[in-house]
Amino acid sequence: MTDSPITAPPAAAERLRATRPRVRTRLGSSIVAMAAALIVVALTWWSLFAFWASFADGAPWPVTVIVVFLAAAALAVPAAAGQAVQAALQARSLDRAGNHAAARVAAARARDMQWYVLGFGLAALVVAFLAFLLGTNDGAVREVFFRSDIFGKSFRGLTAAFWLNIKIFMATEVLVLVWALLVAVVRQIPGRAGAPIRFLAVAYVDVFRGLPAILVLTLVVFGFQLAKLPGLSLLSPPQQLFWLVVLALTLVYGAYVAEVYRAGMDSIHWSQAAAARSLGLSQGQTLRYVIIPQGVRRMLPPLLNDFIGLQKDTALASVVGTVEVFNKAGLYKSQFFNLTAVAVAGLLFLIMTIPLARFTDWLIRRDQQRTLVG
Amino acid sequence: MAATDDQPGQLPPYVEFAGVHKHYGPNHVLRGIDLDIGHHEVVCFIGASGCGKSTLLRCVNALEEIQQGQIRVAGEAASGPGVDVDFLRRVVGIVFQGFNLFPHMTVLRNITLAPTKVLKLPEAEARARAIALLERIGLADKAGEYPDRLSGGQQQRVAIARALAMEPEVMLLDEITSALDPALVGEVLAMVRELVDEGMTILMATHEMGFARDVANRICFMSEGNLAEVGTPDEIFQDPQDERLRSFLRRVTEARRM
Repeated sequence: MTDSPITAPPAAAERLRATRPRVRTRLGSSIVAMAAALIVVALTWWSLFAFWASFADGAPWPVTVIVVFLAAAALAVPAAAGQAVQAALQARSLDRAGNHAAARVAAARARDMQWYVLGFGLAALVVAFLAFLLGTNDGAVREVFFRSDIFGKSFRGLTAAFWLNIKIFMATEVLVLVWALLVAVVRQIPGRAGAPIRFLAVAYVDVFRGLPAILVLTLVVFGFQLAKLPGLSLLSPPQQLFWLVVLALTLVYGAYVAEVYRAGMDSIHWSQAAAARSLGLSQGQTLRYVIIPQGVRRMLPPLLNDFIGLQKDTALASVVGTVEVFNKAGLYKSQFFNLTAVAVAGLLFLIMTIPLARFTDWLIRRDQQRTLVG
Repeated sequence: MAATDDQPGQLPPYVEFAGVHKHYGPNHVLRGIDLDIGHHEVVCFIGASGCGKSTLLRCVNALEEIQQGQIRVAGEAASGPGVDVDFLRRVVGIVFQGFNLFPHMTVLRNITLAPTKVLKLPEAEARARAIALLERIGLADKAGEYPDRLSGGQQQRVAIARALAMEPEVMLLDEITSALDPALVGEVLAMVRELVDEGMTILMATHEMGFARDVANRICFMSEGNLAEVGTPDEIFQDPQDERLRSFLRRVTEARRM
């Protein structure tokens, strides 16, 4: 049988055309979407208004601006639904006129708009829920977290305390970068002779990745102070506290970052090392000129991730009595019996970490694009 | 046009294999290799993938260890304890199937890295040497490019230039055209042919039978870790003795790779 597809009768296409179902205009589902959109807007406006009205002596103007903006933005939901209905109606009339291809295009637009209704609608519902939560009980929830008078009283003290978090973070970051590289390189020492020191590096990483950071901080800071570690008395007590906190965090994060380094170096294909070695480069030169420079590019995103973690974990220093921002916020909390200061401390952390997180994502995306091109 | 008039037998052998055995765990990849290769001799290794020809080449510059036997290069031990790896890797250059250029360095830096770091040449001198090599292979305008901007054939030619920058006395070519687009094979082989004409000692693992036939002084057919047959191109291609070689050549011919 040499019944090649080329000689198959064109009747197949004709048959398909005749039996193809008529265009799905999406009119019904678009009307449902419109109904849902109207309900969502009603809910959002109601809870936004309730939030706005919950301020005892009138909402401050920034709140009014935000509420009005959100209320206007919620209109995007029925707007999209309107577009969906319009496109669906158009699809129906085109389909009836026999212009099936154009009808399908219009129906596809209706479907797109329905997805907009879903996406924007869900977002509006989340906003509505938050506004409801903050406005409920005459704004009691809001008052616990955001009281502007306490904000004013605590802000200066909190930013001053946060400066200490930044200093702890900076000092630890520099030490971690160096210390972890040392650990990672030691882990790569080849041969039997390197076995004991390799074992130590592995043991260090296992131990400090396995211990809660809060526990290490307690052991290192209190322990070394109690044991009067030689040389420690050269520093003033606040300096002692600062550097012991930095030491503890370096030990914890060094273990993580050493693994990041190792994964980065392992990700470079062995053929690169083979090429370098066969050109006469020594093991050390191969690491320095070929493996590490390539590894660093891949290490950057996970490295920055760990640093975001480190920024947050500077708050753990509060357990050993460092008056950093979380500790300070706790003092305000007890003083005013209100959590505004803690929320502000949270905001300060976000101001630091969010740009870093965005930057990390941008790096990862750029790296992926480059890999796709290459 | 083999350069047989060089009479490689007159000089002491340049690369010697004596009873070489190599295991990868339970895999016995080289099973007793005995072979002497003269100065300026071009020897091609052919055989099915996995027959051990790449491994054999890698053993010559101590990228792989052998478990039994002895390899000597230029009269010096190239295996076992006490190998002078620095000496070995200076006289032996290798080019890989996958090019293995350093992707984070420009073409120029790829070539000057080893001369500056290993031979301790001044930067300017290494640079001049690299530029001269690039000019010779017609890639001088690519000196500032990164390897991923080059075609496979260009990358492989840079890889050869990178090895030549160390001024080796013997070149190991490990299936250097196997990863290339068929249209790009020619430019790389032309460069190898130049090396042959200059009298470079070459050990080449290859699937390019026609080229091997053209340039080799001797061809070694490897099968399951053995040198199943060694002979001149005419002996190997016109009058194969070993049954495995005959069936190999038959399959190659059927696949129109010859």
